[in-house]
Amino acid sequence: MIRFATSHEYARKEGDRYRVGITPFASEQLGDVVYVELPKVGRTYAAGEEFGVVESVKAVSSLYMPVAGTVVEVNDPVVQDPGILNSDPMDRGWMVVIETSDPSAFDALLTEEAYQAEIASH
Amino acid sequence: MTYAYLPHTPADRAAMLDSIGVSSMDALLSHIPKALREVRLDLPRPHAEAEIQQRLARLAARNVSASQQASFVGAGVTHRYRPAAVDQIASRSEFYTAYTPYQPEVSQGTLQAIFEFQSMICELTGMDVANASMYDGSTAVAEAALMAVRVTNRPRVLVCGSVHPEYEAVTRTYAQGPGLVIDSLPTRADATDVAAVKAALTPDTSALIVQVPGVLGTVADLAGLADVVHAAGALLVVVADPIALGVLEAPGRWGADLVVGEAQGLGNAMSLGGPHVGYMACRDAHVRQLPGRICGMSQDAEGRPCFTLTLQTREQHIRREKAASNICTNQALNALFSTIHLALLGPEGLRDVARTSALRAHHLADRLTRLPGCRLAHPESPFLSEFVLTSPVPATQLRDALLARGILAGLPLDTWWPERTHDLLIAVTEMNAPEELEALVAGIAAVVSAQGGQRSQEAVHA
Amino acid sequence: MPELLQPVILGEGAPGRRGVVIPEPAVAAPELAEVLPASMLRREAPALPQQSELETVRHYLRLSQLNHAIDKGFYPLGSCTMKYNPKVNEWAARLDGMANIHPYQPESQLQGALEIMHDLQQWLCAITGLERCSLQPAAGAHGELTGILMIKAYHQHRGDARRTRVLVPDSAHGTNPATAAVAGFEVVTVASDGRGLVDLADLKSKLDDRVAALMLTNPNTLGLFEEDILEIQEAVHAAGGLLYYDGANFNAILGTVRPGDMGFDVVHLNLHKTFSTPHGGGGPGSGPVVVGKALEPFLPVPIVVRDASGTYRLESDRPLTIGRVKAFFGNFGMHVRAYAYILAHGAEGLAQVSRDAVLNANYLKANLKEAFEMPHAQPCMHEFVMSGSRQKAKGCNTLLMGKRLIDFGIHPPTIYFPLIVPEAMMIEPTETESKETLDRFVTAMHTIAREVDETPEVVQQAPHTTPIKRVDEVLAARKPVLRWRP
Repeated sequence: MIRFATSHEYARKEGDRYRVGITPFASEQLGDVVYVELPKVGRTYAAGEEFGVVESVKAVSSLYMPVAGTVVEVNDPVVQDPGILNSDPMDRGWMVVIETSDPSAFDALLTEEAYQAEIASH
Repeated sequence: MTYAYLPHTPADRAAMLDSIGVSSMDALLSHIPKALREVRLDLPRPHAEAEIQQRLARLAARNVSASQQASFVGAGVTHRYRPAAVDQIASRSEFYTAYTPYQPEVSQGTLQAIFEFQSMICELTGMDVANASMYDGSTAVAEAALMAVRVTNRPRVLVCGSVHPEYEAVTRTYAQGPGLVIDSLPTRADATDVAAVKAALTPDTSALIVQVPGVLGTVADLAGLADVVHAAGALLVVVADPIALGVLEAPGRWGADLVVGEAQGLGNAMSLGGPHVGYMACRDAHVRQLPGRICGMSQDAEGRPCFTLTLQTREQHIRREKAASNICTNQALNALFSTIHLALLGPEGLRDVARTSALRAHHLADRLTRLPGCRLAHPESPFLSEFVLTSPVPATQLRDALLARGILAGLPLDTWWPERTHDLLIAVTEMNAPEELEALVAGIAAVVSAQGGQRSQEAVHA
Repeated sequence: MPELLQPVILGEGAPGRRGVVIPEPAVAAPELAEVLPASMLRREAPALPQQSELETVRHYLRLSQLNHAIDKGFYPLGSCTMKYNPKVNEWAARLDGMANIHPYQPESQLQGALEIMHDLQQWLCAITGLERCSLQPAAGAHGELTGILMIKAYHQHRGDARRTRVLVPDSAHGTNPATAAVAGFEVVTVASDGRGLVDLADLKSKLDDRVAALMLTNPNTLGLFEEDILEIQEAVHAAGGLLYYDGANFNAILGTVRPGDMGFDVVHLNLHKTFSTPHGGGGPGSGPVVVGKALEPFLPVPIVVRDASGTYRLESDRPLTIGRVKAFFGNFGMHVRAYAYILAHGAEGLAQVSRDAVLNANYLKANLKEAFEMPHAQPCMHEFVMSGSRQKAKGCNTLLMGKRLIDFGIHPPTIYFPLIVPEAMMIEPTETESKETLDRFVTAMHTIAREVDETPEVVQQAPHTTPIKRVDEVLAARKPVLRWRP
C-alpha cells in the first residue's frame, strides 16, 4: 500500500515499516538531481520534519517525513548516484525506511488518486 | 555638457523617447513621487579627464609611497616585488571588465584562472579543496570561524594570540550575528603551547584558530596540535601566509581542517590595505560547508574538458537564507594577480622569495640586537622574516625619528597594545636591499645613542 | 578525444625554468635549516608550474581571449550594472602614490589618500541624502552584513531584544535573506502584488514588535520603482523597525532620487556597479555603507575625519561601534576609481547617468514588447524583466535563447531571476551603451524570436560560435573535480 504527502514524498507500507522516497513529479520538477543528503540510521523525526535535501544544479529541495518515525535503513546507492532519483524514483530511488510510532498517520496521507489530482491542479 | 562615458546626443534621446511613446524624461519618471525627484547635490563640478589626472596626481603626491622610502612595515600587508608581467597580463580588460563567470561558454578564461588559483592554494596548503577567494585575510578568518560552527554545531571559537588583532576584531564583529563566543588564548608569540590549548578547549569549542607565522613573525610548532584539538571534537584552523608556505611545512600535513589567509603579497599592490585577496581551503568532507564560489571541471556537449562554477546550491543566489554565507562578489581579479605571480615564481621562485626575506631579516635582527639596549622581544621563538625589536627608545619616537632619514622602520606595537611602548614590529622582504638594512641599523643606532647621551646628561645634572 | 583549450598551467614546464628571478639574500646570515627546526620546514615543494616568462604570459593571454567582457561587447546582465569602466580610473589607482602605500604608515604620510576617502565619504552622503559613511565593506553583501549588524546593535542598545525578524520581499536578491540569516535574524518573506511591487497589505500584516528591519531594493529586481515607498517607510518606522536600502539598483536613481529622502536609515552602495569600478570577473567590489542619525553611533571603525586645521585622520574612538568588518580601511583602490568617476560627472552628470540608464531600459522594453511577454506594463527604471514563456512553449526556453544571444556577440541577460517571473530574462543595458548598440540588440532578439518559430534547432543547439559548446553543469556537480592533481 502506498500513500503520498503534498510535499511530494511517498511512503510505501511494508509490514510495519515504511519505505520513503520522492515522486516522479518531484524529481521531474527538480531536473537532474546532483546531490542527496540523507540522515543516519537511528534518527527519529516528527511528521513533516525535514530529514534531508535533494539538489539539482540550480535548486535545493527539502525532504519532509510523511509520517513520524525512526530511520532503520538508508539507501546509500542513491547518495552515491543521485541520478537514480531521475531514472527510477519509485523503486531503486527510495531514500529511507522508517518505523513509525503512529501508524494511523499513514492512513491520513493522500491516496495515489488524490495525489494525482493534487499535482494535476498545479 | 557632454560626458565621455555617455554616448547619447540630444537627438538620440528625443528619438528614443519618441519610440517609447512618452513626451519627456520627466514623463517617464512621473511614477516617482515628485517631492523625491527634486534634489540638489553638493558635489564638485564635472571635470575633464586632464583635470582628473592633474587632481589625482597631486593627491597621490601627498602620500609617501614605498618607492620613496625604505619600508619595514608589514603586519599583514607586505611590500613585495610584483613582476611586470603580472600587471601587464592581469590588467587586460578581457579579465577585468568581465562579470562573475556564470555563463561558462564565454568565461573559460576567468574560470580556468580560478581553477588554477584553487589548485595552487591546495598545493601550498596541503589541503583538498579551495574556494575562488575571500575578501581578505581578516574576513577569511571570520568565515572560517562561522564554518567551523556550522560543521561542529558548537557556539564557541578559540583564537590564539598569534592571530592578527584586526583579524580577531573582524571575527568578533561577525560573531555578533549568530551570537558566538570568541575566547582568546593569550600565547602571543611563543611556540604554540599544547597544554594551554588543551586547558582552554571546552565541549562547546568549535575551532582553534592559530596563525603561522604569527602576527609578530614567530613560527609556532604545529606538531601535536591537531590531535589535541580533534580529541576535543573541534577543528584546527590555520591562518597561513602563502609566501611563507614556500619554505614552511604545509598546514595540511599537520592535520589542519581549514587553512585560510591573505594572499596580497602574491602579486597585489599594498594599496592602503585593499583590494587584497583572502583564500580558504578545507578537506573534501567539508566542501559543502565552504562559503563562496567554487570552479570545477566538466565537459562540453562535444566531450571537450572545460570549466564551470559548481556546487552553487551552497550559495546565496540559490539557497537564500539557508546559504553557507552571504558572500557574492569576492576578489576574483586579485586572485588572478596572485595566480599569475605564483605561475611566474614556480616552486623555486616562491622558495627564493621566502628565503631571501628570511635571511635578510635574520641578518638585520642580528645587527640590531648588537646595538646598546636593543634586543628581540621574543628571543625564545623562531621567526621567518618579521620580528619584534625592543628598543630603549619608545617605538613610536624611534619610528618618527627615522622618517626624516627616508626610513619607515616598522609598526610600533602600542598601535595595538598600549603597554608595549618600546616594541617595534619590523618586516623584511626581498625589496629591502642590504643597503637599506644598513641604513636602518645606522638610523636606529643614531637615535638610540642620542637618547642614551641625553639620558647620561640627565643623570649628570641630577 | 578533445582536450582542454589551454592546458592547466600547474602541470606545465620543466624543473629549472622560471618566470621571474628573485634577488639573492646577499647578506651574512644562517640558512633556514639553522634557524628553524627541521620539522617546520617544507619537505615537498608545491607542484607549481615551471615555465619561462613568455610561456606564462602566453598562457594567461590566451585565457583572457576566451572571455566575453564589457570592452569586447554588450553585456546587458540584469542587476549587475555592467557599465563601462573608464580607463583614467585604472590609471589613477595604479599611481605609485596610490598603489604603493601601506595602511600602517603614519597618517602624516597618507594625507592624499585620507583626503580621497574623506571626500568620497562626504560625496556618498550627499548622493544618498544621509549623514555618515564608512568605506570599509569590501563588497555589496559585505555592506549588507555591516548594515544589518548595525541595525541589530541599534535595537540591542535600546534594550529591544524581541526584534528577531528581518522582512525581505520575495523579489529580493539572494544576498538579502542570506545576510539577515548570517546576522542571526529570522527571515520573513513579504509578497509582491500584481504590479510587481511590495504588497502593502501583506507587509503591514507582518509588521509588529518582532521586526528589526525591512530590506528593500528600490527600484526592485523587476526594475520597478516602489511607488508606495513613503507609505512603506511610515509603516515600518511606526512599528519600530528600520529601513535598509540595498544599493544594487542604485544606478536607476543616481543623482535623481535619494534613499535618505525616501526614509531609509542605512544604504549600501556597490562601487563596482553604480560608480564604474570594474567587476574583475567576480571582484574586487566595494560596498560603502551610509547611515542616518539613528545608526551613526554604530558605524564600523575607523572612519576618516578632517580636523579644523585641515588635517585628515582616522577616527576609531566610537564607543558604540559594531567594530571592524574588515582589516584596514576597505578596498581603497576602488575608492580612488569611484572618486575619479564622481569627479568626471559632478551632480548634473550623475543625474544624466541614471536618466540615460532609465531611457535605455525603456527603449529596449518598448522595442521588445511585441516579440516577448512583458509581465509588467508600466515604465521601468534601469532594467526590466521579460518572460520567455511564449518561446518556451515552442521548445526554446530562456536558457537556450540566452545561449543563442552569445552567437551575436552579446552576453546573455540574467536569467531565471527574480524567481517570481517564470522564464525570467532580466535586461539592464546601462547608460554607457549607444542607441546603435541597443538597436543591434533588438535586432538580435527579434532574430532569435523568429528562429524559435522557424528553425528552433538553431536555438536549441546554441551557442555555435564559442570556443566550447554547452557545458554539462550536471556532471560538474555530480562528480566534482575542483583542483588539478599531479
